Amino acid sequence: MKILLLFSRAVDAINGAIGKLMMWFILAATLISAGNAISRYVFSKSSNAFLEIQWYLFGAVFLLGGGYAFLRNAHVRIDVVSSRLSARMRNWIDVIGIVVFLLPLCYMMAKMGWPVFERAWQGGEMSSNAGGLIRWPAYLLIPVGFILLGLQGLSELIKRLNFLLAGGPDPLDHTGPSETEMLAKDIAQSEKAAKVASTGGQAS
Amino acid sequence: MIEFLTGQFVPLMFVGLFFFLIMGFPVAFSLAATGLFFGLIGMELGLFPPVLFNALPLRVFGIMQNDTLLAIPFFTIMGIVLERSRMAEDLLETIGQVFGPIRGGLGVAVILVGALLAATTGVVSAAVISMGLISLPIMLRYGYNRSIATGTITASGTLAQALPPSLVLIVLADQLGRSVGDMYAGALLPGLMLVGLYLIFIFGVAIFKPQWVPALPPEARIYNEPNGSSGHRSLVVLMGLSGAVGYVWSLFHNDLMKQWFGRTRDAAGDETFILSMMVGALFALALALTNKLFRLNLVSRLAQQVTFVLIPPLLLIFLVLGTIFLGIATPTEGGAMGALGALIMALVRGRLSFTVLKQALENSTKLSIFVMFILIGSTVFAFTFNAADGHIWVEHLFDKLPGGQIGFLVFVNILVFALGFFIDFFEIAFIVVPLLAPVAEKLDINLIWFGIIIAMNLQTSFLTPPFGFALFYLRSVAARNDYVDEVTKKPIKRVTTEQIYKGSIAFIIIQIMMVALLIWQPTLVTGQLEAPVEVDADAVRDQLMNMGGSGDDGWGNDNPWGDEPAAEGDAASEAAPASDPAKALDDALRRAGD
Repeated sequence: MKILLLFSRAVDAINGAIGKLMMWFILAATLISAGNAISRYVFSKSSNAFLEIQWYLFGAVFLLGGGYAFLRNAHVRIDVVSSRLSARMRNWIDVIGIVVFLLPLCYMMAKMGWPVFERAWQGGEMSSNAGGLIRWPAYLLIPVGFILLGLQGLSELIKRLNFLLAGGPDPLDHTGPSETEMLAKDIAQSEKAAKVASTGGQAS
Repeated sequence: MIEFLTGQFVPLMFVGLFFFLIMGFPVAFSLAATGLFFGLIGMELGLFPPVLFNALPLRVFGIMQNDTLLAIPFFTIMGIVLERSRMAEDLLETIGQVFGPIRGGLGVAVILVGALLAATTGVVSAAVISMGLISLPIMLRYGYNRSIATGTITASGTLAQALPPSLVLIVLADQLGRSVGDMYAGALLPGLMLVGLYLIFIFGVAIFKPQWVPALPPEARIYNEPNGSSGHRSLVVLMGLSGAVGYVWSLFHNDLMKQWFGRTRDAAGDETFILSMMVGALFALALALTNKLFRLNLVSRLAQQVTFVLIPPLLLIFLVLGTIFLGIATPTEGGAMGALGALIMALVRGRLSFTVLKQALENSTKLSIFVMFILIGSTVFAFTFNAADGHIWVEHLFDKLPGGQIGFLVFVNILVFALGFFIDFFEIAFIVVPLLAPVAEKLDINLIWFGIIIAMNLQTSFLTPPFGFALFYLRSVAARNDYVDEVTKKPIKRVTTEQIYKGSIAFIIIQIMMVALLIWQPTLVTGQLEAPVEVDADAVRDQLMNMGGSGDDGWGNDNPWGDEPAAEGDAASEAAPASDPAKALDDALRRAGD
């Protein structure tokens, strides 16, 4: 179990780091998209490479980030029923789901995606648009993304089994404040700070 | 057994999907799992060829190339950054002061700010939380009926779903195979009408139950003049002046543009309209700034404040919707420009820390990933579903449904409304809408019309207890314990969850009325899409006149009831110029494609 947990922690670290990197991909896509629109209007210049890099970046974000979202439990669930089940039951459902559905899905997508990438890599396939980008990086995202998701699936599986069989912490337990509550707290704080600042300003 | 499986393959798929979803496994994976599982069964049974899933990687590649959904992270970033830049707070405080002194005024202010936020951000959580933190305590302090107060806040917050540039409309446009620009153009009038209905409701309460929506007492007004007047008169004058300037600009816009840019064709109606509004707003800003710099005291503090807080959201609306409607940018680029604009605005106001930027990026990354994964999951599901001729099965389901178009729409709306109690709009948009769209098309239903009706309906899913998100958001910020008000020093009772639930009921009814109205009058949506391309100058001028009447005087008018007819006329005349954006966008896309 110890080695498995070590493996799980390593996967979590990798996917966590990738998730952090993906944030900046989104910012880059935003700036490129806005820049391209402005330059098209102001300088009447626009480039297909810039149009394509946007969706390369976004594709990278959601394909490579699939594992990260699973790590953060950000993939939405319908919890009408499951919220009434016991913690053990919920973890068992996830165990079955990961083993029976998620891992085969990842295996299949990675296996089918790889030849597509290989073909593009060997043939040096280019975008059909003038000035477009080379295609293989985009194709590569599909197998790599599903491998990362599969690895995360394994890591989550280990964590759940650790809870169910070895009495480890519940990976589905969210005792901390919800995201909404954190957000509300943040807004309330900035509101208070602003109020203090404004009363101070008026007094002077 | 095998016969049963082959015969009932599609219904069994639905049962399987329902089972996987209800178990609480992530939606994206449940969808993919159902597709995969039944695909393999089908292959075993010899229903499908063994190469069924071979095209899957290419389909995922197709999803990557989807330019429309790229707008999702952009609009999310914009929303979160704006929420941290205190724009909502500034607006609420100031507009609350404008309308506060009349009965129901705080409610009106919340609705108008909700609409303004909706037109800039498209994120429900931000609007509800800000209004719950700022307006709710004020409304409770001065004795608002609790359910009216909470209902107004949650409903106004969900306007972000119905008014462009909302995420729902983007996703629906994608799933229905229509352009986002058309979707936005079609949603504009219904969205504004919904705002109108909310306002009428508050006016009604103010007339029949005045004690539920009391006016702000004089001591609660903070922008008073040294001589004790409220400054409303000056506000009316300022708004009237800028309205006049905008109107004059609209008369000369076309000639000026021709002269400056040496172009030969006439300016489009919406271009004239938007630029004229912009000129008017900038004129007001210039006046207010001059007044402030030289201490002229010509403009009251209230008027000055209103000008300063309205400029940022108006600029953003011009930046996003303006560029989309003018055809300068695709909706995706409009979103990117909006995000950039919000970032710059927050930076200028010193509200963009590294933490805020990271939070915005992290949230939008997570949201984009889970939304896109649902799409991937539903693609896998659709593979098997279509191979099993599921779409034909769904179509046959509706064969027996009486009433043709209307019968179908009524049924679909009841279905979506019911589903909205349990599942989120992303799931409905990605799972249910693709099943219904082909049927709708067969019945000769305009898909933009269909999409707007669904969007309006989905908006209610944010309001329906017990799972409505807007209710959750408000619950998380409303007082859970009795407290002592910091201004009046009077004890205030806690806000109960029942009060929040009760408050949403009236607005859910309004929402249903609006959906019914849209089903009854498709021209409310389609009228904006099919109208002639040439917009005559008179219509534009009429519209500007109307805007001057309702939009401008409205800010300072002491009698909001006088505004009602004007607001309606305004909404009706909106239809003419709004027809153009669709075409303009098409042109732009064509240009971009060249």
